[in-house]
Amino acid sequence: MATPNTPLWEVFIRSRNGLAHKHVGSLHSSDATMALQAARDIYTRRGEGLSIWVVPSSAITASDPAEKGMMFEPAESKIYRHPTFYEVPEEVGHM
Amino acid sequence: MPAANIQVSETPLVLYALRRADDALILGHRLSEWCGHAPMLEEDMALSNIALDLIGQARELYTYASNVEGKDNDEDKLAYLRDVRQYRNLLLVEQPNGDFAQTLVRQFFYSAFADLYWRAMTSSRDTTLAAIAAKSEKESAYHVRHASEWLIRLGDGTDGSHARAQAAIDHLWAFTGEMFAVDDGERALIHAGIAIDPGTLRGRWLQTLSNVAGEATLVLPQNDWMQQGGRAGRHSEHLGHLLSELQSMQRTFPGLTW
Repeated sequence: MATPNTPLWEVFIRSRNGLAHKHVGSLHSSDATMALQAARDIYTRRGEGLSIWVVPSSAITASDPAEKGMMFEPAESKIYRHPTFYEVPEEVGHM
Repeated sequence: MPAANIQVSETPLVLYALRRADDALILGHRLSEWCGHAPMLEEDMALSNIALDLIGQARELYTYASNVEGKDNDEDKLAYLRDVRQYRNLLLVEQPNGDFAQTLVRQFFYSAFADLYWRAMTSSRDTTLAAIAAKSEKESAYHVRHASEWLIRLGDGTDGSHARAQAAIDHLWAFTGEMFAVDDGERALIHAGIAIDPGTLRGRWLQTLSNVAGEATLVLPQNDWMQQGGRAGRHSEHLGHLLSELQSMQRTFPGLTW
């Protein structure tokens, strides 16, 4: 639905014991101030958060799902990038 | 047989609590009428949230009034089994929702007062009222902000939204004087440090209004004739219709729970 006066915003909430803001959803609003209020009213009604970010959806640059293969498959064969790939010598002890 | 009205022994303190409880319940009910009908989903939720804040305040105040009265009239009976003439709310809060601008202006007038009022009441000598004030103050602070931001956008928006916001201000203005009125019973409570004198809040209330109106390019009326009556149970025709909906279930099936 086209809503020229109330564009889409993405909402991020940092929970009570969370360290990072997490994406929780989106909403329509006329501007940043109203978006923040709406985010408070829609997404923190059950004490979910202590901090809110709102970002215009149009400001987000997203990867193209059609390029999934090129973007992400090359990483799948590089298991040596995981720390668990390496055997730790006995002498090192508990890390 | 339909449930009959209860009789409440309105000592000054019972009456004082009832008046504030009725303000909160009636305004909360009005806002709840927007549920499912607001202009956008975001606002549907916002208005319902505010309604729930107010109904929560009403419950605490009714329970307090009930305890002070010391009879069998609990919060439900106080809400459901008093008729129009027994309700003590401000005329302002019973006014119909009208359009979105009218709802927001009504909310702004009331919340700008309630914010100052509850903040002042946190230092009441009555510990229950002070505790209710401490909780309500944070809720009211948000209600003012919500209504202010909307009013600024409506007033400084399109020609249509500006005209509606200005018409709402002009229409509701005469209902604002009642918030600052005090009768003898309340004067005694003010003297005892239980209540605060609302007259002392009027300057700051006007300041809030003129700040927001200025940003919203709206004009506050100059006339100071004010409609009175709600505190004494003389209401506009609108409250009867509201109560018939609010109370119909308990009146028809007394004591019904679900």
